[in-house]
Amino acid sequence: MNTQDQAIDTTLRAILRDVLGLDEAQVAGFDGDTGLFGHLPELDSMAVAGLLTELEDRLDIVIEDDDLDGAMLESFGGLLAFATAKSAER
Amino acid sequence: MYARWPCPTPDGGTADEMALVFGARRNARLMVIPPLFDEANRFRHQIIEIAYCLDERGIDSICPDLPGCNESLAPHSAQTLSGWRKAAAAAARHFAATHVLAIRSGCWLAPDSLPGWLYAPAKSGQILRAMLRARTLAAREAGREETAEALLEIGRKQGLGLAGWDLGAGLIAELETSEFEPHERHTVVEQADVGGKPLWLRAENDSDPAQAEALAALIALGIVR
Repeated sequence: MNTQDQAIDTTLRAILRDVLGLDEAQVAGFDGDTGLFGHLPELDSMAVAGLLTELEDRLDIVIEDDDLDGAMLESFGGLLAFATAKSAER
Repeated sequence: MYARWPCPTPDGGTADEMALVFGARRNARLMVIPPLFDEANRFRHQIIEIAYCLDERGIDSICPDLPGCNESLAPHSAQTLSGWRKAAAAAARHFAATHVLAIRSGCWLAPDSLPGWLYAPAKSGQILRAMLRARTLAAREAGREETAEALLEIGRKQGLGLAGWDLGAGLIAELETSEFEPHERHTVVEQADVGGKPLWLRAENDSDPAQAEALAALIALGIVR
């Protein structure tokens, strides 16, 4: 992972920690297959909306309605791949 | 204790709203303007924690309900940012507040007549964007397709229900277009100054006494100066 990808990974974990109120150790243990939407009970549509808004804010990206699909929110790996691709568009 | 205060109404009259008041007319009286919408619920407990910490430092806190918010009986759909600004200014006068603490989107309403603090001010547009997104995501879960742009189109004309809040057309327009710049009398406090995790983001309500202590200490220091 290069430095920029590492920074996105760190930011993403911090957002999940802040939005879901998870502790440091749990979030540090997330891997690409860790389930998000549909797996974490706290992650309802309002929480997803908050998460995406924070993502936009902290990574300085814009997320359009069309960008949202099931895969990106299904797992930590999916969300990380999405955030990395979006950041590359900047 | 709970108090009532006369809140200005759009027709030029007043209607009673509630306020939670800590302390009894000490020299320093801080009015707290909570965040709007969902973040108000998520941050309510923390505001009480902050008020207790200020009380121990000899500072009164006044937490007025803005019309349409919290216990208010006024319809939420009839409210606007400009109306809430007037309400906040009226509450400040009524309770003889000496300082203001505004939180997140509440910062947009802070009266310039008082010195004070803006805690993690929300960016203009950000709150509406998150609410629109919550609605489109919920629709998608329910198997309907809605877009933020189409919803806004409707909202600008006739208002819109977003994430459980009835927003009038006027409020939608204000949320969409208004710009926010902190006034020079107000000091911006970022989350890093308080430490810990931002509580208004929390999907489940929570409070943090350490954060309340840190913010109260910062405010007490500022009032003494």
